[in-house]
Amino acid sequence: MDLKMNLGDAAIDAVMGYAIVFLGIALLVLVVVLMGRIMSRKKPAPAAPAAERQPVPAPAPVPAGPTAPGTAGDLKLYGTPDRDAAMIMAIVADELKIPLNELRFISIREVNKK
Amino acid sequence: MNNILETLKKLWMESGFMGFFENGGWKSFIMIIVALALLYLGIKKKFEPLLLVGIAFGTLLTNLPGAGLYHMEMWDAYVYECPYDAANEAILYDVEEERVLSVEEYMASLPEDAQEPEIIEKLSFTDIAHIGGLLDILYIGVKAGIYPCLIFIGVGAMTDFGPLIANPKSFFLGAAAQFGVFFAFFGAVLLGFNGNQAASIGIIGGADGPTAILTCMLLAPALLGPIAIAAYSYMALIPMIQPPIMRALTTEKERSVKMEQLREVSKTEKIVFPILVAGFVILLLPSTAPLIGCLMFGNLLRETGVTERLSDVAQNALMNIVTLFLGISVGATTVAARFLTVNTLKIVLLGLIAFCFSTVGGLLVGKLMYKLSGGKINPLIGAAGVSAVPMAARVAQVEGQKANPSNFLLMHAMGPNVAGVIGSAIAAGFLIKVFGA
Repeated sequence: MDLKMNLGDAAIDAVMGYAIVFLGIALLVLVVVLMGRIMSRKKPAPAAPAAERQPVPAPAPVPAGPTAPGTAGDLKLYGTPDRDAAMIMAIVADELKIPLNELRFISIREVNKK
Repeated sequence: MNNILETLKKLWMESGFMGFFENGGWKSFIMIIVALALLYLGIKKKFEPLLLVGIAFGTLLTNLPGAGLYHMEMWDAYVYECPYDAANEAILYDVEEERVLSVEEYMASLPEDAQEPEIIEKLSFTDIAHIGGLLDILYIGVKAGIYPCLIFIGVGAMTDFGPLIANPKSFFLGAAAQFGVFFAFFGAVLLGFNGNQAASIGIIGGADGPTAILTCMLLAPALLGPIAIAAYSYMALIPMIQPPIMRALTTEKERSVKMEQLREVSKTEKIVFPILVAGFVILLLPSTAPLIGCLMFGNLLRETGVTERLSDVAQNALMNIVTLFLGISVGATTVAARFLTVNTLKIVLLGLIAFCFSTVGGLLVGKLMYKLSGGKINPLIGAAGVSAVPMAARVAQVEGQKANPSNFLLMHAMGPNVAGVIGSAIAAGFLIKVFGA
């Protein structure tokens, strides 16, 4: 069965195919964004009686270290360069077989052997 | 003494070695050298070894004269739906005139020393399992489209769609990186391939082995061997193909952009995602059902949290078993008479073009997103839109760190990377829909 095409038809099919992929993906983005919105709306709001509770004393301020990139923003680095921190996080995620975005690192401190 | 010599002569004449000296036997010899080269690439250079070693060994086995493990003519008879002579391993089909021969015509064309014909009117998988060789039987899994789909269950079980759900804009990079598919499709038509063949060649640019195999098997099964080999070889070569294109199309400033941390994705979102995507994409493009359905089923097994055993089997045992069968049976299709043609060289060239232009497509849309976001998106993650998970994402990470050592793009690149799997499945679905029977 020979289905030789002329170049014009091929060009139309190619453009149409690429457009369909984009259209399908665009609709999918819409659906996923919608899903995200609905899910975030369903998250339980902070409990109302909380106001009645005794106020919890604020924790003592901790000297802030430099914030590492690629984390939730609250990762404190003590004597650890950014690059090493990124590497450590990747290794921990790999060893634990847990995706990096499911892990939260609080701080990374270099321990010097004496 | 005469008897001994006669026996030795007979043994020699019937041995596979003699096959190398018969009509076209030298081609088998060349294919054995090709198989050894592929084994070298798989074992020594570690080019996608899990698949390439299997493909290479299948190539070796199928081209050993007299082994009879795979029968190309039998599969031709199955494809053309014409009668097959099992005794003489011939089909009742005139390729030049493109018509089925009558039994009388066939009998008249048989040489005098031919065996008594044993004609099967229309081959079924049962017939093939009955009269075929070992590789014919394993190849049924490819022909029926089972292996690529089972592999997609494993891929789904191994994929974390979290980065994609956290940043749905990544989807567009996965779509953009399908540019090479349609560019190579057009190029293939330009080089004289018909629509079905061009579509099968183009899908190499999706950088997704199972998708390429399924599309090719449905549209142009005769090209399966070269297409699978090209697809897997280029996937292994991504760390060499992509970086020069990435550096050529982006500036140092763009490459050094550090991206913001992704939001946390809840477990419920991860569970709903595969159900939603499967339902939506399949309804939109029903021809994607086998690929998207299996991919999302595998992912659901991973995310439910109550099917850990099944997820484990899909990721490991099932994936390994199917990879084993798929590799060796795809390799079996590289019969010398079909593989050593100018078309194979064209496919290898078009495959490379497809990969390069897919990378270009992803990068260009990445640059557009960089502009639109005010410099917040690193365009390098666009190159990860070619599926090849996770190789392409790793390349983006490496290139990003070269430009800025504190850059950590891996998780950001995983979004477009897994979006590329969905994008290539949609591209394949479109091509199957347009060119499929």
